[in-house]
Amino acid sequence: MVTVMELYQLLPKTNCKICGESTCMAFAVALLGRKRNISDCTPLLEGNFKKQKEKLEVLLLPSAGAEETGMIVHPELCTGCGNCVVACPVDVANDPRGAAIGCAPTNDKVIFKVVDGKVMASNIKECRRFGKNRVLCYACIDPCPTGAIEFV
Amino acid sequence: MATCPGCALLCDDIDVIVENNRIKETRNACRRGAARMKGCFNRLAPSIAQKPVDIESAIRKAAEILKVAKSPMLFGFSNSTCEAQVKGIQLAKKLGAIIDDTSSFCQGLLIETIFQEKFRTCMLEDVRNKADVLVYWGSDAQDSEPRHLSRFSYFPRGESRQRGYEEDRIAVAIDVRESNTAKICKGHFYRIQPKGDREFILALTDALSGKVPAYEPKKILELAAILKKAEFGVIFAGIGLTYSIKEDMEILVALADKLSNFHIMPMVGHYNMRGFNENLFKETGFVNRVKFEGKAVQHSPAEVLDTPSRGVTLVHDDKYSIVEALRNESIDALLVAGSDPLSSLPRSLVRHLASIPVICIDPCVTMTSKITAVTIPCAVSGVESGGTAVRMDGKKIELSKIIESDYPTDEELLTRLMEAL
Ligand code: SF4
Ligand code: SF4
Ligand code: SF4
Repeated sequence: MVTVMELYQLLPKTNCKICGESTCMAFAVALLGRKRNISDCTPLLEGNFKKQKEKLEVLLLPSAGAEETGMIVHPELCTGCGNCVVACPVDVANDPRGAAIGCAPTNDKVIFKVVDGKVMASNIKECRRFGKNRVLCYACIDPCPTGAIEFV
Repeated sequence: MATCPGCALLCDDIDVIVENNRIKETRNACRRGAARMKGCFNRLAPSIAQKPVDIESAIRKAAEILKVAKSPMLFGFSNSTCEAQVKGIQLAKKLGAIIDDTSSFCQGLLIETIFQEKFRTCMLEDVRNKADVLVYWGSDAQDSEPRHLSRFSYFPRGESRQRGYEEDRIAVAIDVRESNTAKICKGHFYRIQPKGDREFILALTDALSGKVPAYEPKKILELAAILKKAEFGVIFAGIGLTYSIKEDMEILVALADKLSNFHIMPMVGHYNMRGFNENLFKETGFVNRVKFEGKAVQHSPAEVLDTPSRGVTLVHDDKYSIVEALRNESIDALLVAGSDPLSSLPRSLVRHLASIPVICIDPCVTMTSKITAVTIPCAVSGVESGGTAVRMDGKKIELSKIIESDYPTDEELLTRLMEAL
């Protein structure tokens, strides 16, 4: 998974603010979080940065092609705090004696688990954003302190 | 199930997959905990004057240094087991040394106030099951104890909080900056000026007594109304708060007196700092900054205690905190166990640290170990050796021995050091 630093290294690093962010580092964070596009950085579109721009496009490609359900987890942003594990209503319903009460998940029916300090999502088809009775659930996005989960 | 020694939350629901006597994978531990459990980046090797030796020689040299020192100090133990801490206290007694830990420049005063039972406090399980109003004050739990909100305080459903955080709990953050914890306390974040905690406490105490607060009355009255409605409230007091009010714990006691449904819990980073405070308190009546002198124990600010029943006297004084001892250049040898003072002390104090012989007992290379006269490596407690530790709320938790190791435990090392004396 690509890191903020890798993206930053490819930016002009002039902190020109044209993109609307206060520094190139802030822009790199926004790029990673998909809040900005490469094209927001106009200096990058000019001649000398052609190679860097192409590299950036390649780096940002994998997460653009998210899971078919559209969920992207950015492991490099995740601190493994487990807020999403405990807050997701599917985890609460499927694991009332584990995830629901703040304990380690006790079965494999939960969507979120923390492995090696980072969250891993499975059973995504169970997510309330999909299926016939879908609802626009934010219960994993809102409690995440680092913006590590998003839907595209 | 294993226990994570990554912070004083001591999560004891960790699954580990071990392969070839190495932890291959951790489950449920946060990123910080996973890194901690997977071991040191750089393992410490035994050395004298930065030259490699065997452990036995390093212990002998350490004993020599401590024996000739006129005013030795023992420091650290926040990342040591209770068993090692008890040994450390015995060693300090035997040497007539000063003993102190990181709590003398962070949570010590608050923890002492709790031991003196001036505050109501509670267990984290009570928080999970009953708490409806949570106040993170000067503490970014999300960052320092990453699973605090998910395991106990905010997100889980509890016995009388079945609807969880969405409806049954209110989280409030009081801090100088919008920390990650404050971001989660959406709508209930109270920004204060640096060192503004005192003013805020006094204003809040006024509001709770029915007076119009002198400072930001609208916000304070709104917060007072939330706190008053609590059935089971908890203030998680972080170092931001304790740094700021320092010796003035009484104003916090006065605030707590106005909040009869509230409990106060110290937020502790190092996994067993509270254990050290408890063990020293049991032995001396103080949580840190103690000097054992001949048959007397001194604590700082100077209070001489005669404890004839135990045949010792002790003095407790501010000058026995690591900060003051280094500033006054009053110590001539330092043993550091399970701590890295060089990384957290102001640079002005480091000069004296660099000019005296320092003995470092730690599993990993630290900034301190790089300047020390003697290094003695120990096993990683909670991974390569078991023992007990005290969670931030005072509950005793068993640490787990997950993998085998040839390194002696810190407890063993301190015992051998005492024998070598
Ligand atoms: S959107 Fe809702 S249901 Fe889907 S994973 Fe996130 S919290 Fe769970
Ligand atoms: S809430 Fe965010 S940071 Fe915490 S475990 Fe989930 S994805 Fe990771
Ligand atoms: S919150 Fe603390 S004890 Fe729990 S897993 Fe993380 S570092 Fe370990």
